Amino acid sequence: MTFAAAHTHGFLSPTGVEIAFLLVGLATFGAALVTVTTRQLVHAALWLVVALGGLAVEYLLLTAEFIAWVQVLIYVGSVVVLLLFGLMLTKAPIGRSPDADSGNRWAALTVAVAAAAALVWVVVDAFRTTWVDLDGPAAGSTAVTGASLFQNWFLPFEALSVLLLAALVGAIVLSRKAKAESSSPPVNSRAATGSSPSVPDSRNHPIEGNGRVEGTNPVATTGLTHAADAADAADAADAADVTGSPGVTGSPHAPSPTSTAGTSPAQQQEGAR
Amino acid sequence: MHLAYPTVLAALLFCTGLYGVLARRNAILVLMSVELMLNAVNLNLVAFDVWLSKASRETLHSGQALTLFTIAIAAAEIGIGLAIVLAVYRNRGTSDIDKLRDTAEGHESEGPDSDALTAGSADGAGKAEATA
Repeated sequence: MTFAAAHTHGFLSPTGVEIAFLLVGLATFGAALVTVTTRQLVHAALWLVVALGGLAVEYLLLTAEFIAWVQVLIYVGSVVVLLLFGLMLTKAPIGRSPDADSGNRWAALTVAVAAAAALVWVVVDAFRTTWVDLDGPAAGSTAVTGASLFQNWFLPFEALSVLLLAALVGAIVLSRKAKAESSSPPVNSRAATGSSPSVPDSRNHPIEGNGRVEGTNPVATTGLTHAADAADAADAADAADVTGSPGVTGSPHAPSPTSTAGTSPAQQQEGAR
Repeated sequence: MHLAYPTVLAALLFCTGLYGVLARRNAILVLMSVELMLNAVNLNLVAFDVWLSKASRETLHSGQALTLFTIAIAAAEIGIGLAIVLAVYRNRGTSDIDKLRDTAEGHESEGPDSDALTAGSADGAGKAEATA
């Protein structure tokens, strides 16, 4: 704050709240590192819970209690659950997946370490003589936050509610469009066994396009024998027949039974391979 | 509390998220790294707000209000992002962002492969109709 305050503090005599902040910060940073380096995708989401919970404790230590509980409610409570649902919906592998990191890992590590070094140097140099006064009334209690939010920040608050509504509608539209394309299994199976001459249609198609992309080499795909194609078509027809009754598929990752109809044949083919 | 503690932690968390965004291959892991970066920014905002609200008498608590807005926007972002990832997964069968190269330029080898692939799948569809 001021130089007068700076003389009353010292680098080498940390207070109790500083020690607690340091320990929780080390745990948070370690959890974040494990989150971005682990090869097990579900473990990454669970370590993200540890990192976000540690940040909530840091908010509490900074006397911002309302932010801390909002962090626990929204991040740990809903965002991580959404991420776990996303991992399950995209059929993420449960065990170790060797291709979790891309090929430019070392370039990314170089960029991140350089950015960390620059940022830490700048921040430490800039705030060397700055102390936060945590005594007295809490700076972020619910009364203080609510008063400032509804006195000074009312219009942005309402605009934010409109943004949340727009995001909600957008998410529904994005999900519903895919559902409308595949909501009728007989039409879908007809399209699967029928010819699809247009290029985007054949590429976007859940059965033919994805099965080929996931499964085999494209060059080998073009050289497939007639018998293999017939077997593929029979597989696709069987899968489409199974998904004709949406409850039978029993896939645990669908918000509504009808939305599984389009995705299930491709996934069943992947499972068969 | 020395202000360097929260700011250094925020810088380290931001760079961890930066590494995750650059190095991860699964789209959902990239979203997790984006969440880490947003949280680092939130920690910075809260620390500066606590510092400035004690340093001066009259303050609008802009840091904490902005933190709340950031958290809400992050929730909206994760909802839309997951909807997009799921739509991509439905259409492509993968959430691997290294394979989403349709708009990439300068990779001419991608063109004939994808052409052969779509031609092969269309061909296979035609044969399937013939055998059916």
